[in-house]
Amino acid sequence: MRSLDKKLIRDLRRMWAQVLAIAAVIAAGIATLILASGAYNSLYETRDAYYERHRFADVFANLKRAPKELLARIREIPGVVAAEPRIVKLAIAEIEGLAEPASAIAISRPDHGEPRLNTLYLRRGRLPEPGRVDQVTVNESFAKAHRFDIGSTFKVILNGRKREVTIVGIALSPEYIYALGPGDLMPDDRRFAVIWMSEKGLAGLFDLEGAFNEVSLKLLKGASEADVIARLDSLLARYGGAGAFGRKDQQSHAFLDAELRQLAAMARIVPPIFLAVSAFLINMTLMRLVSLEREQIGLLKALGYAGREIAWHYAKLVLAISALGTLAGCTVGYQLGNGLTRLYGDFFHFPFLIFERDPAIYVIAALVAALAAIIGAMRAVGGVVFLPPAVAMQAPVPQRYKRVLSKRGLEIAGFSQLTVMALRHIVRRPVRAALTGLGIALAVSLLITAFFTLDSVEHLIDVTFFRTDRQDATLNFSEVRPDNVVQDVRRLPGVMRAEPFRAVAVRLRKGHRFRQLSIVGKPKDMELSRILDSHLQPVRLPSEGLVVSERVAEVLRVSRGDIVEVDVLEGRRRTLHVPVVDIVKMYFGLAVYMDIEALGRVMQEGRVVSGVHIAYDASRSVALYRAIKNTPVVTSVGLQRVALTRFRETIAQNINIMTSVYIALSMIIAFGVVYNSARVQLSERARELASLRVMGFTRLEVSRVLVTELVLLTLLAQPFGWWIGQFFAWLTVEGFSSDLYRIPFVIERATYARATLVVLVAAVVSILIVRSRVDRLDLIGVLKTRE
Amino acid sequence: MSEPVFTVRGLTKVYRTGNIEIRALQGADLDLNAGELVVLLGPSGSGKSTLLNLLGGLDRPTSGSILFKGRELAALGEADLTEYRRNHVGFVFQFYNLIPSLTARENVALVTEIAADPMSPDAALELVGLGPRKDHFPAELSGGEQQRVAIARAIAKRPEVLLCDEPTGALDSRTGVRVLEALASVNAELGTTTAIITHNAAIKDMAHRVFRFGDGCITSVEVNAQRIAPSQISW
Repeated sequence: MRSLDKKLIRDLRRMWAQVLAIAAVIAAGIATLILASGAYNSLYETRDAYYERHRFADVFANLKRAPKELLARIREIPGVVAAEPRIVKLAIAEIEGLAEPASAIAISRPDHGEPRLNTLYLRRGRLPEPGRVDQVTVNESFAKAHRFDIGSTFKVILNGRKREVTIVGIALSPEYIYALGPGDLMPDDRRFAVIWMSEKGLAGLFDLEGAFNEVSLKLLKGASEADVIARLDSLLARYGGAGAFGRKDQQSHAFLDAELRQLAAMARIVPPIFLAVSAFLINMTLMRLVSLEREQIGLLKALGYAGREIAWHYAKLVLAISALGTLAGCTVGYQLGNGLTRLYGDFFHFPFLIFERDPAIYVIAALVAALAAIIGAMRAVGGVVFLPPAVAMQAPVPQRYKRVLSKRGLEIAGFSQLTVMALRHIVRRPVRAALTGLGIALAVSLLITAFFTLDSVEHLIDVTFFRTDRQDATLNFSEVRPDNVVQDVRRLPGVMRAEPFRAVAVRLRKGHRFRQLSIVGKPKDMELSRILDSHLQPVRLPSEGLVVSERVAEVLRVSRGDIVEVDVLEGRRRTLHVPVVDIVKMYFGLAVYMDIEALGRVMQEGRVVSGVHIAYDASRSVALYRAIKNTPVVTSVGLQRVALTRFRETIAQNINIMTSVYIALSMIIAFGVVYNSARVQLSERARELASLRVMGFTRLEVSRVLVTELVLLTLLAQPFGWWIGQFFAWLTVEGFSSDLYRIPFVIERATYARATLVVLVAAVVSILIVRSRVDRLDLIGVLKTRE
Repeated sequence: MSEPVFTVRGLTKVYRTGNIEIRALQGADLDLNAGELVVLLGPSGSGKSTLLNLLGGLDRPTSGSILFKGRELAALGEADLTEYRRNHVGFVFQFYNLIPSLTARENVALVTEIAADPMSPDAALELVGLGPRKDHFPAELSGGEQQRVAIARAIAKRPEVLLCDEPTGALDSRTGVRVLEALASVNAELGTTTAIITHNAAIKDMAHRVFRFGDGCITSVEVNAQRIAPSQISW
């Protein structure tokens, strides 16, 4: 081994703590990259493989009823490869041991042969026998939630009749990777069942023999989805088609897609932060090392080493550090990536998981880390390597300092000389001080990004559950009912208040932009399910026109006073032109409201309702639930309290994991930055500090010089950290924003305080570790040698 | 001469590095009297710096005793040694060891802020002839000026003893003499007991007494019957 390489190894060993701190920052960046890209690829590949093997459809359409003969015409639509008809019906399920009514979606299965699309992955058992209405295959998550197995039974109200069904099979479907019950905000496996039944049986129950009420299409690669949807819609119009939609509006697919987008964003945003910080740390540490070794470099040059040989020597040093970080990052990232993929496997319902790794990502990771290290090293090495040897061997010119304040100013401020020393040191290296501050600020901002989601979700819960939808339950009817049904609902046990609503499926259009959604008609004097403006004040619905949520206004680019085109997708299927009169705050879905009477007028349908929101006496809930389970017209029941509990559970699980990861990451940055700054300072100022000790300053006082500067920088960095954190939080809010939901941009003061506290703890710990070195300063050795 | 400031008996210091044992000082005995200016002469490694470090409380002896005004330094703990350095001893080093981020005046103020009965920083700088340069940073001062700031910083606390390790080692003759003048005037005006280590035999004539060192022992002590002024010294 060449002597220079021996020096390299000894240098690395001597600086092990700093090397580790920098490598940890690099590792954190690389791990995030590997983790996010690994989980992304795995999830993506798993989904693709699942879709492929189980022929997940591309286009879906619901309708009232169409004869199967229509299928031939649907298959003739250019671009359509396959069309699969089926019967889909919502139902109330009654499960022993579960007081609340559950929802079920009954889906028909062809009695002979496999369906062409959306095939099942049968985990256990079999499919129902043809014509049997007492046999069902259920989705795995529902079965698991109730510890159901083959042979277990429960009751379902199908077309007004309660029937006991027996589970003959347990399956998974690509349509229900994310299984959300009707009207639910979060999956609740206990209260939502997907049941597959014999087509003949189900058709018999609903008088749909030879007919279907849902159709799925597979398209040719490259076919225009929009064209197919338009043609399909016009074919289905006279059969009560409620507007066809593509995968991006298919609920399960859309949620999965949102998750994938977030993973991709994580891989894009977080690693660069860490790599930038590590470049700075390498720069700072190497600058110091090179200046300490200035004479050695001069000597090497005098001995005949070329500048680039010496530069390569230091480059190898930083490359070794980056290699260490990359190795650790890849290992940790690989493990965490698998862990996260498994976690997704639990949350989403996949029959199998593919752990996909793109080997290129490791190469990219190593290259990026090496590049960050080299960029960090460049300035430090360049400065000395190209000095003539004679100059390099001389001691560097003494450092020049500037006044921070005028003499008078200092006297007024009453700073001790120790404080002045610390202040001038900051001012002397403003770039380094600023970058140190920036590193600390980034740690703070990562924490805010993690913590603010809790504030945001709390706000979301407050607005959604306690200010907007204050009902205890929502009853949805299978078909519209005359509004005197509200009187019947009021008579149910324990019901204290009942408010009707009417939901109309429409396509809302403004120019070339459109969205398929429901206009919800509500009474003017609503008390339970309210609508809030941007100041969270209740809105009284105007007698005419639409009130739309911010998201709808955003995606359709409409503002108050604009006229939008409304294609009604039911009843007489008219096209209306309606003004937007107000824009309101809603975090879930695409919400559009109208006064229920005005809606009735434009629909020319009189007083009808789709469902009822109710408030009830909790002490009578058992009696009420029993009554609802025996009310045939109700096809699904939303329970706010259950929804809220479920919401909190799911969010808590996800956010806790994320928050822990971010705390660890921020601590690594804060520790890496502060520890390295302190070590470099200690090295630069050993002589000063030893002088102070000799003059009779105590260890505590001497440490204060070191601590003051770092504590000051840490404190100054906080507001910037908060500000950058706000920016990241805003990016997160934008990133999360979809038609499914959006999260509010809310950061509580306590969140800033918490982020600051965590970073301060990390900073103080690293300062204390370095401080212990002040105690071990070699007073005599340091003072008797020339710097 | 009055009573001794330091009474040193059987002072021994042994350094151990691995298996190697270096006996830097072997049973030195000496007394330093109040107001006395002594020069410690000897080749490198003869033990004079070790003695100075022990007198100044920078290090603890392996055996033997150092009485400072009747107080045993060898028995003091870390905190007491710090207190001792803070209030009783001034140091001057070959490489000045000024704080580069503080001006001359502030370097002196560093000490006056913590000492029990200091003089003003301005008075200390006047004493070494640097009044007009007091607002300059070390980088703006010559080597000799920097060393005089170091002396001002050392004496500003009105120490009983001033310990100087090669104070002119890095300076040319002319600048060195100015530094020696500053030391002599401090000794004369404040009566500070002063010990100066040097390789430079020319300096010995300004001392009251001269201690010669060899192999960790004091080999001889000379008393100068006739002291000469620093201005008459050159090298």
